[in-house]
Amino acid sequence: MSEVLDYLIVGGGVVGCNIARELSRFDLKTVLCEKECDVAMGTSGRNSGVAHAGFYMIPKTLKAELNVRGHQMLPALCEEIGAQYNVIGKLVVAEKDDEIPYLLKLKRQGEINGTQGLRLIDADEVSKIEPNIRALKALYSPTSAILDPFQLTIGLAENALINGARIELNTEVLEIKHHEDYFTVETNKGSYKTRNIINSAGLYADKISALAGVEGYRIYPCRGEYHVLDKGVGHLLNTLVYPVPPKDSGGLGVHLTPTVDGNIMLGPSADYINEPCDLANTPDVMNQLLDEARLMLPALKRKDFIRSFAGNRPKLIPTSSNETVDYVIKEEYEGFINLVGIESPGLTAAPAIAERVIGLIKKRDELIEKKSFNPKRDKPVRFSRLTDEQKARLIAAEPAYGQIVCRCETVTKKEVLDALHNPLGAKSINSIKIRSRASMGRCQGGFCWPKIVQLIEDELKPELKDIRLCGAGSNMFIGKTKDLRRIK
Amino acid sequence: MKRREIDLAVIGGGPAGMAAALAAREKNIKDILLIERNHRLGGILKQCIHDGFGIELFNETLTGPEYAQRYVEKIHDKRIEYLTDTMVLSLSPDKKIIGASPDGLLDIRAKAVILAMGCRERTRGNIAIPGSRPAGVYTAGCAQNFINLKNYMVGKDVVILGSGDIGLIMARRLTLEGARVHAVVEVLPYSSGLPRNIRQCLTDYDIPLYLNHTVTGVCGLKRVESVRIAEVDDRWRPKPETTKEIKCDTLLLSVGLIPENELSNAGGIKINPDTGGPIVDENLQTSISGVYACGNVLHVHDIVDWVSMEASKAGVKAAEYLTGIKTSECNIKIKAGCGIRYVMPDMISGTRETDLFLRVSAPGRNKKITLKDKKKILSSVPKVRVNPAEMIKLSLNGLDLSGVNELEVQLEDG
Repeated sequence: MSEVLDYLIVGGGVVGCNIARELSRFDLKTVLCEKECDVAMGTSGRNSGVAHAGFYMIPKTLKAELNVRGHQMLPALCEEIGAQYNVIGKLVVAEKDDEIPYLLKLKRQGEINGTQGLRLIDADEVSKIEPNIRALKALYSPTSAILDPFQLTIGLAENALINGARIELNTEVLEIKHHEDYFTVETNKGSYKTRNIINSAGLYADKISALAGVEGYRIYPCRGEYHVLDKGVGHLLNTLVYPVPPKDSGGLGVHLTPTVDGNIMLGPSADYINEPCDLANTPDVMNQLLDEARLMLPALKRKDFIRSFAGNRPKLIPTSSNETVDYVIKEEYEGFINLVGIESPGLTAAPAIAERVIGLIKKRDELIEKKSFNPKRDKPVRFSRLTDEQKARLIAAEPAYGQIVCRCETVTKKEVLDALHNPLGAKSINSIKIRSRASMGRCQGGFCWPKIVQLIEDELKPELKDIRLCGAGSNMFIGKTKDLRRIK
Repeated sequence: MKRREIDLAVIGGGPAGMAAALAAREKNIKDILLIERNHRLGGILKQCIHDGFGIELFNETLTGPEYAQRYVEKIHDKRIEYLTDTMVLSLSPDKKIIGASPDGLLDIRAKAVILAMGCRERTRGNIAIPGSRPAGVYTAGCAQNFINLKNYMVGKDVVILGSGDIGLIMARRLTLEGARVHAVVEVLPYSSGLPRNIRQCLTDYDIPLYLNHTVTGVCGLKRVESVRIAEVDDRWRPKPETTKEIKCDTLLLSVGLIPENELSNAGGIKINPDTGGPIVDENLQTSISGVYACGNVLHVHDIVDWVSMEASKAGVKAAEYLTGIKTSECNIKIKAGCGIRYVMPDMISGTRETDLFLRVSAPGRNKKITLKDKKKILSSVPKVRVNPAEMIKLSLNGLDLSGVNELEVQLEDG
């Protein structure tokens, strides 16, 4: 019989990668299968990038418990695996008297859940913290933070990898057969035998669950659209600014989120859609977000908007409602651990979810810690964040740091090469983008795509059709010039 | 860090930077450093392999690379020092320049600086095109780079949004390479490119131009599969009932150019919101004394010949500044009035001969451009035809501007 894995994880989002990394502490054979060309391609890379402090969640739910626990764990975790984490605080702003009871409710809820430092503040203090925002009163949460969701997920996956787990990209689980004491998992890249399966497939968790014989779950994708603003207006905002959400909005309301890289994101909307892969931006929502952005920050201009995107929330309820359906995290039957409905605050809760899954496993299996486990993954160099003296030293040591590939984000050739030779083996232009930030700035690749393509060619010598924006089918070119004329 | 003192630093080695450096050298400035971020001098001209460059300046029609090469050779002839693969990271008001190159981080202290960084293309994000985000959406200039410099085809069934000159040139280029350009879509009721490009790039190849239309959606998960276009009303709102879907694998965007002034902004240089470029006086001096601007970083030009001429002037003026020649104070404010999109420069002295460069807001026939001091008309120039795509040069020679504080430029019926 061929190799039998101990754990096969389905889904390379932040939860799956965090579980893979935690499992890699032990003497286990673990494989993570991700159907996309990279990790963090689904909901994990398409959100506000916020570490929530825990006051939104209804007390005594798993969501509340794991949110607060995750928020406690994240600073140390981000430090260990090299993801930027900035504590910047959050304001939930009330503009009218009748919105104040909601702030009080959040404060009470947060205090029960264990959120630290919540305070109700008046207009004067709001304008001291956030001069460009007007409010009647606000709930101030000083411990709310922002993080880099790409680096967190990638860092966890890379750390799992160096500790012996395998991360298989472009690998879609198609079929699961349950035998007496193991599973056969068929993928587009061949089959695996495994004693245990962990389903962290996010938007597709219901389908994977059904493949494993557990029917009855249904994921209702709920789309959130965002605009990204140019770094040039990043100074307009210091903290996270959230509104009192409209009733039955299904989300936290359209909010302003500074990113760790100095942009501001605006969104998300909340609209139920049919297909989990439908990530289109829609005209009405785009306009509405533009209008709302200008209400909050009148200084914004059209040219300050550099990108729009969308992410889908894997919800367990079909309609917009503030009713809370809790996370499903359980071993459905021996060997099949299900994680279903891991929506917001999933990014914050991820380390706590992984901890809980390890706890479930430890109840039935003895796990042997590896002495060789290395918890560290080095933070990638960000040339643009360094002082002139640091830049000079880097270039002197490695001239490729002196060659700027992406002018808008000041990303150097060395950083692009490091991203291109990433340990996971992701090779697309978007994989380089989420690792190095090349093409993430105001020209959106107009200037640096040709340079990035050249580096991909120099380093990997791919066929033209294999130069892709992201996964299979997203080829950048249809051939060489003259090819079409020859056909005709 | 390598520190250098220099008389004149020129940031950008495209047509503007090269012409500016050459003009300063003509005026006997010895210590000039031209700084280019790409591997070769020439800027965007290198990828503009079509002809039509040089008619005004050389009285012959050249391709972009040929036009650039004339200047590159002069730069070599005149032994002007230049750095390639060197990107300026910051410029401070005291004219300290930090640049990165594989040879090290440079700390350049210049006595005068000429800004010649050019412009960038407006993107999908800037104009909020709805739909999915598959491969196959390119700005026209990016596609031009891939096709002309790397010989890679970005697609075979193409829709182009925007009728800017690069988009029109690319419509022809793609057609010549065997691709099918299904439509050029323009939200305005008129083309934003030069009339000659409409004729030579669209009409001659039977490529349909949809005026008053825009792209309302991009479809396709991996690669573009189709785009939706619709007619717009007079406030650019799409009329849903006019929507039609065009099957294609590529959407090119030619929706405008933005002077690239992030460096200028960070250096404390004041920007004119109408041009997107620095506020300058008649000497092309910015709000910081000794810092000059020219070419597309100042305002977007339609032909390169005028870029070169403007840049030569900036080079001469920077040389005068360096040699201590006093210029007259520029206290007369130029105001873009009714019907005028912008006027460059922003301030003039009124004591010497100078030209205004301006664009109208909309096309028109039988118009006149008037210059006013408060309500008083100082001059009126008839124009049979005006078009925003065509920059207008207006001479102020012979005009008595004594006592004028603000000169307003207006477009009126003629």
